[in-house]
Amino acid sequence: MSSAWTSRVVLPCLGIASVLVLWALVSQLAAPDLPGPLKTWVESRRYVVEPFFKDGEMNQGIGRLAFYSLVRVGKGYLLAIAIGTPLGFLLGLSPGFHQSFDPIIQFLRPISPLAWLPLGLVVFQKSEPAAIFTIAVCAMWPTVINTAVGVRSINQDHLNVGRVLKLSRFKMLTKIIVPASLPYMFTGYRLSLGIAWLVIVAAEMLTGTPGVGGFLWQEYNSLVYSHIILSVITIGAIGFVLDRLMGLVEAHFKTT
Amino acid sequence: MPYLAVSRIEKSFVTPRGTTHVLGGVDLALEESEFVAVVGYSGSGKSTLVSLIGGLLTPDAGSIVLDGVPVAGPGPERGIVFQQYSLLPWMTVYDNVALAVDAVNGALPAPERRRIAEEFIALVNLTPATWKRPRELSGGMRQRVAVARGLAMQPKVLLMDEPFSALDALTRATLQDELLRIWGKRRSTVVLVTNDVDEAILLSDRIYPMTPGPGAVLGPAIEVGLARPRERRHMSLSPAYQKARQGIVEFLRACRRPR
Repeated sequence: MSSAWTSRVVLPCLGIASVLVLWALVSQLAAPDLPGPLKTWVESRRYVVEPFFKDGEMNQGIGRLAFYSLVRVGKGYLLAIAIGTPLGFLLGLSPGFHQSFDPIIQFLRPISPLAWLPLGLVVFQKSEPAAIFTIAVCAMWPTVINTAVGVRSINQDHLNVGRVLKLSRFKMLTKIIVPASLPYMFTGYRLSLGIAWLVIVAAEMLTGTPGVGGFLWQEYNSLVYSHIILSVITIGAIGFVLDRLMGLVEAHFKTT
Repeated sequence: MPYLAVSRIEKSFVTPRGTTHVLGGVDLALEESEFVAVVGYSGSGKSTLVSLIGGLLTPDAGSIVLDGVPVAGPGPERGIVFQQYSLLPWMTVYDNVALAVDAVNGALPAPERRRIAEEFIALVNLTPATWKRPRELSGGMRQRVAVARGLAMQPKVLLMDEPFSALDALTRATLQDELLRIWGKRRSTVVLVTNDVDEAILLSDRIYPMTPGPGAVLGPAIEVGLARPRERRHMSLSPAYQKARQGIVEFLRACRRPR
């Protein structure tokens, strides 16, 4: 048995097994209301095996719920990078713009989604646009900041090539500045997607919209605790897959 | 007035630790189709001189006039081959060269521009690597692309800033021979900055030694009396080579401060 196989398969499985054991012990010994792994599986079986069933607005397969959440996150995320990328370029290219807006950005950045959501509800009156607004406004900052850093750290020699060739502003942007900052931009995009996915649960909980987060909160109120764990695992799994996918895209741009 | 006239240029840099006086009144003159070298120790201000002629920096005093036009800012009529190649890593060899061709020949039809780019890639023997990216190329091949890009600007004067100093000795010799061959064909006007005395003698018509900074100036020009076409093999035995070499080395030694 090769050591690569051991470290890539056997050890992670051992890690998962030990967490399962710990979970079972805690539910048995310390927290009787917490369902153990077996009970969770039995009560969640239908949601996983038939992921797309729909018995009503709030009783649907986990695949269907995840799909709603993903669509919502997708919308908020696209909005975030559509606003964040040009904002990052402006911050990176214009010292005046940077001096004007960097303080306010540093101020807005640490505000929790839980604080933005009620504001979104006040402004948009409806839960769906409020959720998308919250995702966008929280997920935007890594894109803004990484794009700005990418633009500012362009190799001076590459800029000099453009200066010697007297490239137009447009060509300077498309041939040199944008390609040079792409790796940084994609790091921002990956971090932004992670945040967008973090925010979805809070947004759905507070607005009660159907999705993994909404389902989680509803099942807590209905005392079906195993479904909370099902939701948590689903959220983790999807977040993991999204990060890996963006990691692949990012790696592609790193090598160029 | 000479084709390129650099007169009394001075340059200082202000750093947090004080002002560094780099160039203290540099004079340099060359005619069209001349190949001139500036030789000096590392750190004496040779790259600064290239950046000033290239217009990437502005001199504190003095003037630079090329073909009757004072230099103000960078432009493709003063092509630069940078020490660190400075190829755009996200572009293929072709796109790197074509960027220069398109910048100076925007008015030509696309097939003609394409032909020009391919011609310059062929000139540096890189046709098989046309569609490769810089990271797939060796250091020597990268610097060939940089030379092709510099020539593709079809500049009035080509400025070369220690173009081969980052290469190993064997590759350096090959590229020097290549440059000699290409210059023999095209007779471009070239200012080569280098710390390699033999490189300067092999390639140039005239050599200006640069005093070590601060406040570097150029010493009196030393003519290289070697006939062209030149061959590296026979060079070191010729009296003209020995005379030029002795002239430069003696000048540089005499003005070196005791350390």
